[in-house]
Amino acid sequence: MQVVDRRLNPKSKSLGNRQRFLRRAKAEIREAIRDSLKSRKVSEAEGAEKVTIRSKSLREPSFSLGRGTGTRDYVLPGNEEYRVGDEIPKPQGGAGGRGSQGSPDGEGQDEFTFTLTKEEFLDLFFDDLKLPNLVKVKLKDLKSPKLTRAGYTSDGPPARLSQTRTMRKSLGRRMALRRPSLAEIEALEKELADAEAEDPISPEKVETLRAKLEHKERLRRTIAYIDPLDLQYSRFERVPKPTTQAVMFCLMDASASMTEPLKDLAKRFFMLLHVFLSRYYREVHIVFVRHTSTAAEVDEETFFRGTDTGGTVISTALDEMLRVIRERYSPSDWNIYAAQASDGDNFHDDMPRCLELLDDDILPVCQYFAYIETAHGERFNDTVETPVWQGYAEIAQRRRNFAMRRVSAPEDIFPVFHDLFSARGVTG
Amino acid sequence: MTVDTMHKLPERKGNMAPLFDGPEWSFELIHKVYDAMGEIALGELGLSIYPNQIEVITAEQMLDAYSSIGMPLMYRHWSFGKRFAHDEAFYKRGMRSLAYELVINSDPCINYIMEENSMTMQSLVLAHAAYGHNHFFKNNYQFQMWTQPDHIIDYLAFAKKYVADCEERFGQDAVESTLDAAHALMNQGVSRDLRPRPRNIAKHERERAARRRAHEEATYDDIYRTLPEITREGMAEPSEVQSEQRRLGLPEENLLYFLEKNAPKLEDWQRELLRIVRLLSQYFYPQRQTKMMNEGCATFVHYEIMNRLYERGQLTDGTMLEFLHSHSSVIFQPTFSDRRYSGMNPYALGFAMMRDIKRMCLEPTDEDRAWFPQIAGCGDALGTLREAWALYRDESFILQYLSPKLIRDFRLFAVTDDAKESAMHVAAIHDEQGYRDVRRRLARHYDVAAQDPDLRVTDADLSGSRRLVITHYVRNGILLDKVEAERTLQYLAKLWGYRVRLVEMDSEGGRVLKEHEALPMP
Repeated sequence: MQVVDRRLNPKSKSLGNRQRFLRRAKAEIREAIRDSLKSRKVSEAEGAEKVTIRSKSLREPSFSLGRGTGTRDYVLPGNEEYRVGDEIPKPQGGAGGRGSQGSPDGEGQDEFTFTLTKEEFLDLFFDDLKLPNLVKVKLKDLKSPKLTRAGYTSDGPPARLSQTRTMRKSLGRRMALRRPSLAEIEALEKELADAEAEDPISPEKVETLRAKLEHKERLRRTIAYIDPLDLQYSRFERVPKPTTQAVMFCLMDASASMTEPLKDLAKRFFMLLHVFLSRYYREVHIVFVRHTSTAAEVDEETFFRGTDTGGTVISTALDEMLRVIRERYSPSDWNIYAAQASDGDNFHDDMPRCLELLDDDILPVCQYFAYIETAHGERFNDTVETPVWQGYAEIAQRRRNFAMRRVSAPEDIFPVFHDLFSARGVTG
Repeated sequence: MTVDTMHKLPERKGNMAPLFDGPEWSFELIHKVYDAMGEIALGELGLSIYPNQIEVITAEQMLDAYSSIGMPLMYRHWSFGKRFAHDEAFYKRGMRSLAYELVINSDPCINYIMEENSMTMQSLVLAHAAYGHNHFFKNNYQFQMWTQPDHIIDYLAFAKKYVADCEERFGQDAVESTLDAAHALMNQGVSRDLRPRPRNIAKHERERAARRRAHEEATYDDIYRTLPEITREGMAEPSEVQSEQRRLGLPEENLLYFLEKNAPKLEDWQRELLRIVRLLSQYFYPQRQTKMMNEGCATFVHYEIMNRLYERGQLTDGTMLEFLHSHSSVIFQPTFSDRRYSGMNPYALGFAMMRDIKRMCLEPTDEDRAWFPQIAGCGDALGTLREAWALYRDESFILQYLSPKLIRDFRLFAVTDDAKESAMHVAAIHDEQGYRDVRRRLARHYDVAAQDPDLRVTDADLSGSRRLVITHYVRNGILLDKVEAERTLQYLAKLWGYRVRLVEMDSEGGRVLKEHEALPMP
């Protein structure tokens, strides 16, 4: 007998099977995810997901005997009162007295429930979406090159001279060529002086010493202390380094006209955007800016809860955003995304200023600026154009990294989101 | 049942030191317990087993093993992933607990045991699987005839690699669709009646011809020459159709075999895939036929071993009580009106029958002597059991050994259910008139061939329209499930490549009850 400990064997032996399974049911799973997002809170989207699918492609049919025909025999345990010839009324739903014997794999129907891991869920969720301009951005802005040490070289600018390396090489060369050290010369000089001062003076000894000293001094002259051969420079290479941080600005109108349902819509959109961005960036900061006729950066709680009174001046929010960018999020280090939600109201006089800010200052530094207009169902009508919608429409035509959509119900969020970032919508 | 009497601890007859105390298991303890059990199993019970290989695995690995129909190696297919997702969901919700062990009919016999088990459970599992199931696998005629336990692991390794290579060469989709179709026909991939034929049929036939000639020569008598010639009127030469059918070996019950050999459009690699599925199906067929006996044998063996260990003093009282608790829940049989009822529990019936045979051998009643004169009071209980384990399958075992006492103990009764009527009829109960009837009906229930639909290839027009005809020989008027049958037929058409017709024919009257047809989708 042999006992083998298999517990440390590679896990998930059936991973290959699982991938094949998910691939097969992909269409249905995606459908299920979309359905589940319609009714659930978006904050729950980022996590393991239980999915129930009714899948044609997961059927495993086989020839089996049907229920509704013919004569069957059963032998059952636990007879209490029956005698031969007794009649037993059939239980509702047919099926005879065999209890709940299902098909071998345990499911009578096509419906099938299982759990997707977070990774699998998000992969499917974002499957046909792409980060705006991602391909382009990947090549350019996403990665700013960074200098990295790459060993030593024998030439380069003086500023990169590596003293340690140079001296180490110089020392080795000096030792190999037996270059006399200063101490050695000094000792010899002292010996010569002593010999000269000796009484009686020994001319042979002085001569020998003098010749020796002269030889040494010649060596010292001809063999350089630091030779051009010794010079070593640090070498750097430019390694493209992905910027893995992004900041997401959430701008929202907090005036009284933004009702609770409208805010809720905006919230869903923001959170979905956040989930999306965190797929691509290691670090995603969120800045909440709410505005009425004045704007302020606030925390999340205040952002969604509080209502202020006052008019609506959108440009204040844009100013505030620019201020935060200047102070904390340099465009060279951060990928900047902005999402603005509003019910479309603005002081008419403010629109030109808004457009100017967007055009000149914000859009040039933003990866993407998305505007969604939330509206009540009854107000939602393409013919009614709000001041903001009218103003922004013109920018949307010119600027590729600006998008605008309308949302009127939770189930509109996903399609909007999908539209905004679909590969088709934003081409390079 | 007799469960309550079992909770009484048996009497101690020896005072050996306990093998272990406490729930923790270790590799040394497993070796120690295994050896102690070996003395009893191989010595006192006279079992004969393959060498064992015990593998300790985690719950996750057990789920893995579940999903690939319990085999340590398996080719890749989405349906296994589906099964895994399904089992995992149930397991995580706590709706299903995992088996304590899994044992594979291989040589050496591979036993998976879970790390979560307590030492008592590990002991139970060792006795159950490493001795009980192992003995059954090695000695039962079904397994001996149909399976090659020393080759199965190698064959699975081959199958896994072959499927992976095919996926690489022909694409996942192509392989998947062939396997899907083959899986749909898996239950029809079994040759039930024929023993595997010798490979070299030509040689076999030559030898037969030589024997026949020798016989003719030996019995030659000149007088036969004078007999008048028989006119062969009315005995026409076999028609072209008949000889074609004969050449194809029709009717053929093994659909996968037939397709593998004769489907006109399949590529060689597809035929090989069909063969893999077919051989696996055949490998599992004995297990389906002996489920109840196999579990009965293993449960009986673990019960005997644990009791004898206890009697010797090698198990503590605590261990014994823990063992008896799980033992009695394993062999629990809910009655038909119980919410938990889901058919006969093979552990319960199997164990009860083994115990009953032992009882009849050692302490027979007059009734036993009348019903089982050959074994009643023979005194050699284990010899009788070993013979039964070797020579029977569930159906024949019940027919041979189910005693009136057990029918009474289980209070078995037979019910007839005609789909056309609104009530079921009680056909037999546990009384003098009913014993044989109940036993016959129960045995039939364990006859896999009678439970599976009887489908055969009956016609294949290879020279003309290439239409394939499958006949379902309908028994007791039970037709195929229509939706399932049509979906499966679609797969069948895909493999055959041309039109396929399924005829449901009454096996008694020969009347056609229903027909289905499928064309391969382009």
